[in-house]
Amino acid sequence: MSKTKISVNKKSEMAAKINKILFDNMVTILFIVLCIIEIILSGQSAYFILNELVARIARNSFLVLSLIIPVIAGMGLNFGIVIGAMAAQAAIIAVAHWQIKGILGFLLCILLSTPLAILLGYITGKLLNKTKGQEMIASMIFGFFANGIYQLIFLLLIGTIIPMKDPVIVLSSGVGIKNTIDLSGSIKYSLDNLIKLPLSITLAIICFGFMVYYLWKYIKKREKKNLFVSLLFIIAGGCFAVIYNYEFMLNKINVPIATMLLILALCFFNNFICSTKLGQNFKAVGQNMHIAGVSGINVDKVRVNAIIISTVLAAWGQLIFLQNIGTLNTYGSHEQVGMFAIASLLIGGATVTNADNKQAIIGTILFHTMFIVSPMAGKNLFGNAQIGEYFRVFVVYGVIGVSLGLHAWKNQYEKNKLMKQ
Amino acid sequence: MKKFNKLLNRLGIARIIIILFFIALCILAVVIKLPISMLLSETIMRTGMYGILVLAMVPGIISGTGLNFGIPIGIICGLVGGLYSIEFNLNGFTGFFTAVAISIPLAAAIGYGYGLLINKVKGSEMMVGTYMGFSAVSLMCIGWLLIPFNSPAIKWPIGKGVRVTISLSERYAKVLNNFMNFKIGEVEIPTGLILFLFINCLFMWIFLRSKSGVTMKAAGDNPKFAEASGINVDKCRLRGIILSTVLGAVGIIVYAQSYGFYQLYQSPMMMGFPAVASILIGGASTNDAKISHVLVGTFLFQGLLVMALPITNEIVKEGDLSEIVRIIVSNGIILYALTKAGGGEECE
Repeated sequence: MSKTKISVNKKSEMAAKINKILFDNMVTILFIVLCIIEIILSGQSAYFILNELVARIARNSFLVLSLIIPVIAGMGLNFGIVIGAMAAQAAIIAVAHWQIKGILGFLLCILLSTPLAILLGYITGKLLNKTKGQEMIASMIFGFFANGIYQLIFLLLIGTIIPMKDPVIVLSSGVGIKNTIDLSGSIKYSLDNLIKLPLSITLAIICFGFMVYYLWKYIKKREKKNLFVSLLFIIAGGCFAVIYNYEFMLNKINVPIATMLLILALCFFNNFICSTKLGQNFKAVGQNMHIAGVSGINVDKVRVNAIIISTVLAAWGQLIFLQNIGTLNTYGSHEQVGMFAIASLLIGGATVTNADNKQAIIGTILFHTMFIVSPMAGKNLFGNAQIGEYFRVFVVYGVIGVSLGLHAWKNQYEKNKLMKQ
Repeated sequence: MKKFNKLLNRLGIARIIIILFFIALCILAVVIKLPISMLLSETIMRTGMYGILVLAMVPGIISGTGLNFGIPIGIICGLVGGLYSIEFNLNGFTGFFTAVAISIPLAAAIGYGYGLLINKVKGSEMMVGTYMGFSAVSLMCIGWLLIPFNSPAIKWPIGKGVRVTISLSERYAKVLNNFMNFKIGEVEIPTGLILFLFINCLFMWIFLRSKSGVTMKAAGDNPKFAEASGINVDKCRLRGIILSTVLGAVGIIVYAQSYGFYQLYQSPMMMGFPAVASILIGGASTNDAKISHVLVGTFLFQGLLVMALPITNEIVKEGDLSEIVRIIVSNGIILYALTKAGGGEECE
């Protein structure tokens, strides 16, 4: 009798737990379902989707991850990463002009863009300190404003005030940079092509890595669960290794290992910084600026630092993005970067006040899956690929709008509750 | 000197730069012998064209919801009204006023919904508004593909959906502009257009002095005080947003009749920004606006844009400075207003 009661209790506890998980991850689950439906509707092959997806994850994750630190510091979603992207593009234009090839060119781009991004990040941070409470709209408008300056420099000042003679990059009139710059003579694939492995081998390595991790955990804690998990991973890893020896689509998909390692390093960096003093300050300021200030933290400086880090990371992210794309759209490549990265992060379940690496990566995967399959799904459903394309644009704006709205709503609700008390 | 300093303070650094830039452009225009009369008539025409969209900012600011970046929502309502007037095959003033008549109730209804939302997100109205505007525009992109229209002027000849731009040249393009227009010397005055703007401004002026308008202003100035003295702040804000949305809808029809085209799909997306910038240049802030700010701001901003293009063409042969000036000036002034609104203090 009592036994059944306990089991019932356990059951309802489980149900409550599941309910909570479902509720907390509502957005992500919604998008998982949406992605599955769209994949089925699109009828595209797994090879095509996976191939595109791997490329897009490598291309975009870094940018999405660069958003995390300002969120921790309580500054919301940093729409100003566009400014970092502009710094990167300025560096790329210089390197394309000097025609420095391969990884050397890429490193030079990093070298050039970093100080520029630090300077621009500093300015952005100063500005956002003047617009506390409205950081997101201010960073967005500042992005637009910086775009104007960027156009002024590269469309009018190049060739008139800044001397530059290069028939490949500069417009035929001698004033202004061309609309598109082909990077195949400079940094195209410079990072991606460093190390490349088939997806099957990559997955096998990842599985073996996890196996070692859980085995180590087992040795330390002596929990049976860990041994079991590591066993699962060794089987999975073995399967992938076997697949490598046969004709299978997983072998035809190449993974840019160097790029992925950089992304992984950034994940570790984000985690690492949270454990340092700087990171603790970010958290303190993020939770309550006033209390942080009273307890002796220089709030303004901490906020500026958060934005500088984010801007520099965004610049590197844009470099990774463009070396994969291979052509620089001088006046367009940076415009949507912020929007797409923010939408990705939010789809992963992040909010204006809470974001982590896992959400960034999951969000990137879901967002880009949707991006890949939407046009075909739209075509098969409505007979018009355009609808799918507009739908994905709508999702970008919609998810940002809804999540900002929900956040503000929650704030107001809590404030009202506090006032009533 | 004191008076001068006071004036400088009131104008603010951003506005001073813009005014100086405007003056510099004027001098340059004279120096390189551009036809001043043509520039002036163009500026006047564009002031009338954009005026009502800028006027739409006033009720939003007064009612305390800040700069209404969600104006694309109103614009879409106006476009729907405009398309139905073409669908009914109407021309001239009948067509124009039918478009306005259809769009007003639509905009009021949608503005009501949008206002309810805005009341739920106090403190982040601008950010949420911007993204609600963007979402509405992109959702409507799907809408334009699916709404059934039959008029061949609207539909693509083959395939589904509505054309990207719809010409009004055979219907009611420039009906307001050409209504009783006359010339002073070389300068063309589009009487109807300017008159329509002035009538709208006058209505707004009267409204702001009516009981309803005064309570709205009180609610916007100090919501807590207003609430304590028995004003329903949420209702006032709702009224402000509805009015703003309706004016946005009327504004785009006026804009389109002067421009000669309805532009659909993605084009309404960024239309809120010049409107916001104009009223800020005129001297408004995020919580205070007057009718005079609308007129002065629109004239200054449009004047800048009109002059920038031919002047750059004289100096550098390639490149469009006008577009760059638009981006820098409009976003610069918005940024400036935001820093003044926050004022470096914590928004709790």
